[in-house]
Amino acid sequence: MTLLPSAPPSSVQPTWTPVCALRDILPGLGVCALVRGEQVAVFHVAGQVYAVGNRDPYTGANVMSRGLTGSYTRSGETRVKVASPLLKHAFDLETGESLDDPATALPTYPVRVEGGDVWIGSAV
Amino acid sequence: MTNRTPPPPHVIVIGNGMVGHRLVEQLRAQADVHTLRVTVVSEEPRLAYDRVHLSSHFDDPRPDLALATEAGYTESGVEVVYGKAEHVDLAARTVTVDGRTLPYDAAVFATGSIPFVPPLPGRFAKGVFVYRTLDDLDAIREAAAHATTGVVIGGGLLGLEAAGALRKLGLDTHVVEFAPHLMPAQLDAEGGATLRRTIEAMGIGVHVSKATTELTWNAAGRVSSLAFADGTTLETDLLVFSAGIRPRDDLARASGLDVGERGGIRIDDTGRTSDPHVYAVGECALHDGRIYGLVAPGYQMAKVTATNVLRELGVLSGEPAHFRGADLSTKLKLLGVEVGSFGDAKGVTPGSRSVSLSDNVRGTYSKVVLSPDGKAVLGGLLVGDTARYSDLLDLTLSGTPLTVPPETLIVPPLPGGAALPASADALICSCENVRTSAICSAIEGGARDVATLKKCTSAGTGCGGCVPSLHGLLQTELRRLGETVTNHVCEHYAYSRQELFDVIRVKGHTTWDEVLAAHGTGLGCEVCKPAVASILASLHNELIVKPQHAPLQDTNDAFLANIQKNGTYSVMPRVPGGEITAEGLIAIGAVAKKFGLYCKITGGQRIDLLGAHRDDLPAIWEDLIAAGFESGHAYGKSLRTVKSCVGSTWCRYGVQDSTSLAVRLELRYRGLRSPHKLKSGVSGCTRECAEARSKDFGIIATEKGWNVYVGGNGGVTPKHAVLLAGDLSEDEVVTLLDRYLMFYVRTADRLQRTSTWLENLDGGLEYLKSVIMDDRLGLCAELEAEMARHVASYEDEWAAAVNDPSIRARFRTFVNSDARDDGVQWVDERGQIRPADYPQLTPLPMAGGDD
Repeated sequence: MTLLPSAPPSSVQPTWTPVCALRDILPGLGVCALVRGEQVAVFHVAGQVYAVGNRDPYTGANVMSRGLTGSYTRSGETRVKVASPLLKHAFDLETGESLDDPATALPTYPVRVEGGDVWIGSAV
Repeated sequence: MTNRTPPPPHVIVIGNGMVGHRLVEQLRAQADVHTLRVTVVSEEPRLAYDRVHLSSHFDDPRPDLALATEAGYTESGVEVVYGKAEHVDLAARTVTVDGRTLPYDAAVFATGSIPFVPPLPGRFAKGVFVYRTLDDLDAIREAAAHATTGVVIGGGLLGLEAAGALRKLGLDTHVVEFAPHLMPAQLDAEGGATLRRTIEAMGIGVHVSKATTELTWNAAGRVSSLAFADGTTLETDLLVFSAGIRPRDDLARASGLDVGERGGIRIDDTGRTSDPHVYAVGECALHDGRIYGLVAPGYQMAKVTATNVLRELGVLSGEPAHFRGADLSTKLKLLGVEVGSFGDAKGVTPGSRSVSLSDNVRGTYSKVVLSPDGKAVLGGLLVGDTARYSDLLDLTLSGTPLTVPPETLIVPPLPGGAALPASADALICSCENVRTSAICSAIEGGARDVATLKKCTSAGTGCGGCVPSLHGLLQTELRRLGETVTNHVCEHYAYSRQELFDVIRVKGHTTWDEVLAAHGTGLGCEVCKPAVASILASLHNELIVKPQHAPLQDTNDAFLANIQKNGTYSVMPRVPGGEITAEGLIAIGAVAKKFGLYCKITGGQRIDLLGAHRDDLPAIWEDLIAAGFESGHAYGKSLRTVKSCVGSTWCRYGVQDSTSLAVRLELRYRGLRSPHKLKSGVSGCTRECAEARSKDFGIIATEKGWNVYVGGNGGVTPKHAVLLAGDLSEDEVVTLLDRYLMFYVRTADRLQRTSTWLENLDGGLEYLKSVIMDDRLGLCAELEAEMARHVASYEDEWAAAVNDPSIRARFRTFVNSDARDDGVQWVDERGQIRPADYPQLTPLPMAGGDD
């Protein structure tokens, strides 16, 4: 399985870091990985893997990996989201965008699954 | 043996009515058969029975009204002598019963009263009765079989009770009252008139300001009509006198004890008569110029007298007890009409003022009597609706100064509950200072869900506590605008929580995947996932941390602890009923010290340990489990706490053992997943130190058992719980709560508190009563069985998580490192840690990165 939900521009070569096996993440749940000093929330949702910043911009706490995942509908399209466990602010898992305020977003990271391992690229 | 123990002192109680029996119970509670000999003299062939509920003797099936039994007395070493006490010799200290002379060390008159029958011509005719004993009632029932009309003379409490009984026996019923209105002892003219209208509407004739002068009888010697002073007459073939009581003091009088001018054995504050070894209690006793015709003051006298008798006989030491008169507040249901009278109901206090509201449409009348300055409630009357009785009685007895205009005390709440706040422009969100008007204009402007409302008014974006109010306001406004209001859980399920509950139960789904595939769309969300998780847990009680359930849990349930503002957790061991040993306290303290936790005693009688790193949680639990603790479920939408006071075990006021009941209830309902968190309290007396009436279910001790209150809560919209049932035994409390809780768990909306649930329940409290007390829907057995299943399948979630390596692995902070979260930083405050304020966190070099 190779997934690049948020592929970096081809001119920039991301630095890839293996973080865990895909089976370490229960479907529907997230884990937190330390990638070059940064906390990255990695989710396994509906067969896809997503990676966003672990820090909830509304509270400053590193909790996003513990959020509940789900889907929402925008312009007729079904998209995936995660809701922070603290005050329930929700973010689009692909774009990192806050669903409450378009000006706020989580950083997103490229993800690759290879040989059952999950790799995280540098932030885009 | 040369040292012979002297025989224990002997108390003779003359009379075995409700108060006499209570006295015996009080004596036996404090002195066993080796320290006190107790003899009861009973004139009636049957022992004490519940006269307050005398009328239920006409019910079918006939309830057992017995309070005392021969076997019960034998078991506790109480001797019963059947017969009439003929003579009391004060000097020799003996009582003579049927020729037998019994010596006493102390004697107590509990001879009660007899109904007053005015000396009217014709009073000995056939078909004329009093309403006092079970024998009277049997005779009335027999006579009613051959009668068509029945008249009760006396429109007081008991008279109306008797009228209800005659009506139940199928008679055309009339009540005759000498005073200008009904219940003259309790009600004022307007209250009496309101009651009269309601009673007349039931088809009972009411005749006030009527002085009966004569009874006539027919050739068979049977009563046939009444003649009144105003020249009118009323035909009848059955007559019941209920014109008041007279104390039975003839024996006391003949023995030489002091009696009042108008009867009654004089007693002082300690219950003692003019003879130092003789006491009197109940309706035969005259205290401070007053005869009490209610059972509650009699019970108080029994308690005081028992203590003083035991002191006199050297069985008890300590201060004498005193009877200082009694509060005559009463609340009752007469012929289905609720009547409440409390404090200075008639406004006899000089200078007192009153506010009243009379509603001929609803058939209600409410009045509060206020102090001359209008600041305190002195008393009041409620006819037709006594929902506010307890609150008003509290206000009266506590003397709390009024903070609201007095008329608001008696205005009935708006129909349909008040989703719309009382003020047209109330503050909804205090974090963001948003008022109702702003929300309503946003709704009119097109906002159709809470998320949109939050976005365009910023209400609910602070602490979030007002979100349920926002939701309620939205529903109300949409309905007002004539739009369809959906109660769907969220966009993923076109069902309400209750519908979802039913469909999951009936189809037998056990996992989220099954539920979503069969009934949902998309992937679910933070709203429907915990809702389904809760429903599955309520139905099957499987461990919520199982892999198939884990993705549904909100972080608190996922990590079995409460997330705090900086992402750390707090841990709260269960302390059932708030009762904890010194060893337990030390163990909790040791855990807090070992893991560097902040400690706080909570409002729910728990010790909260805050600041736990996620990866320390299993180790913390291991230590707590080893010390005998288990999960307190403070994280779940589940039973949190059953608070209690020390009750009769320690408290000088306590009348029941509240701690034992609280422990029992907490252990029974621990781990029960519900639509909202559940809190409870058990108070050992009406002083209510456990604040049970601010809880989802509260239990308050009475002299006779326990009162159960439901539907209270704290939070954003505090609600006092309302009385569901009174004077229950412990087992009855448990059965009733089993049904109540399961019915709530099954039918409430997502995150709906018991208070809102009860408000929105079609038919309200009466409907709830009909379902869980009268079994109108035939659900009771099923609800009980479901609770039994829950109780049997309970398992400590902490222990399960600690013992399963795959679950334990989820508690690591990082999947690829043993580092700790550098976002968690502490500062010291008052000698303990607290989270550093965001965003002034110090950037720290990351310890132990992976590359």
